[in-house]
Amino acid sequence: MREEIIISGFGGQGVMLIGKFIAYIAMKKDCRVTYMPSYGAEMRGGTANCAVIISSEEIASPLSSHPTTAIVMNKPSFEKFSPMIKKGGLLILNGSLIDKEPKRNDIKTVTVPANKLAEEAGSIRSANMVMLGAYLGVKELVPVEKACAQLKDVLPQRWHGLLEVNSKALTSGRDYVHDAGT
Amino acid sequence: MSEKVLMCGNEAAGEAAIQAGCRFYAGYPITPQNEFTAYMARRMPETGGTFIQAESELAAISMVFGASVAGARAMTSSSSPGISLKQEGISYLVANELPAVIVNMMRGGPGLGNIAPAQSDYFQATKGGGHGDYNLAVLGPATVQELADLMSHAFDMADKYRNPVLILADGIIGQMMEPVEIKEKSPEPPGKDWILTGAGERKPRIIRSLLLNEGELERHNHHLQEKFGRIKENELLYEEIDLSDADLVLVAYGTSARIARAAMTQARSEGIRAGMIRPITLWPFPEKIIADTSSRTKSFLVVEMSAGQMIEDVKLAVEGKAPVHFYGRTGGGVPTVEEIIKKIREIV
Repeated sequence: MREEIIISGFGGQGVMLIGKFIAYIAMKKDCRVTYMPSYGAEMRGGTANCAVIISSEEIASPLSSHPTTAIVMNKPSFEKFSPMIKKGGLLILNGSLIDKEPKRNDIKTVTVPANKLAEEAGSIRSANMVMLGAYLGVKELVPVEKACAQLKDVLPQRWHGLLEVNSKALTSGRDYVHDAGT
Repeated sequence: MSEKVLMCGNEAAGEAAIQAGCRFYAGYPITPQNEFTAYMARRMPETGGTFIQAESELAAISMVFGASVAGARAMTSSSSPGISLKQEGISYLVANELPAVIVNMMRGGPGLGNIAPAQSDYFQATKGGGHGDYNLAVLGPATVQELADLMSHAFDMADKYRNPVLILADGIIGQMMEPVEIKEKSPEPPGKDWILTGAGERKPRIIRSLLLNEGELERHNHHLQEKFGRIKENELLYEEIDLSDADLVLVAYGTSARIARAAMTQARSEGIRAGMIRPITLWPFPEKIIADTSSRTKSFLVVEMSAGQMIEDVKLAVEGKAPVHFYGRTGGGVPTVEEIIKKIREIV
């Protein structure tokens, strides 16, 4: 088993948190896992990304040049990463900000209106959790209910007032892809 | 903290240092080791230790000198350009026989370079670095767990030999998060009978490195060399993998070793008998195992994130008994498994 995930978006969209959360879920499942942030001069508004590798074998490089999954939250990330996805891989798009589809039919593309669903869940800032919920809906790394229970381990204490919003966002991402039949 | 947690290398090493009894940290920010300094800023006060953000790298290493001479387990961390700035202080620590731990999360050079991971400070780390005849014990961890484990070992070694110990890692090891288990606090380090605490009633102690009397400095150097000899004899660490039937032996450390290891496994699956030697101590260097292997293997392949530095030590150990090939990326480039496999196929 080997899954290489790239998560990318504007700085401030919470892509690093998606990566850390997936890494945490994998660790709790006793998988081998690495999380590697892009640590350049990212700032709010710039593009940030991270790579998570989950494997049953030892992980060599924590960098990923051909991910099996890309979770992209803005247009520049879409342009950069959708051509790199491995054949047969998965692309999850934030349809609220990306009005394009990849010119590839050898990958599975799932478009999620993440900003819209996040607003409905109570805060547009939970769009990252909608995307994660969608990922869990397709990949079933853990049931979304389990991820909701793990939120308190992953979110810094100061955000614990937002546990409920984030749980809703996770669930709505999962429900969206299930309703869409993916 | 005895269960597995997800931590980046910088933070895991910081926590491991605290658990190893580190009571003094001075540093100056630089990417990709900023999380180290930030972690110590938060944790040191919580654990009764002292954190100082120094005004420069030179000040930081000099503060470590002061804390060490007063008996504290003291450390600093930085990344390549910052470590260059600390070299004068490191030479002084060695000359005065003061224990300290220094962490270098290497980035691309020379000069200010970039902030990407690199291994191009190997020469600086293992051949002295500052002025004078000296060596540091140098440790090259390949995982976040190994980095955390080596921190307490580094403090123990520094105290045992009264010599600085350098942890040589890179931006990937510093930034990457992996599950890690940090050992509970080790017992209080042994008392030190040489530290400067105010003589009071006892005989005054002298710590200095300016030795002007006839023959005095040469005698001091002989003493230091004898000590380095003991480190060489007692502190060697390395990992060997599938050497017994290997036609091709990869030699790599740190991040490069992770990638070379995956290439080795893939080569095996293609029927190429590949093995590997992974130095964990870069000084002392595992020259004997390399020398022993050179008489029965067909060739070596050294993989580094540099233009070729450790390869010189491998060649010295091999003494021309087998060809030593090289694959390296430089300026912050990280080799891929595919690139190494391609090189392996070319060689065999």
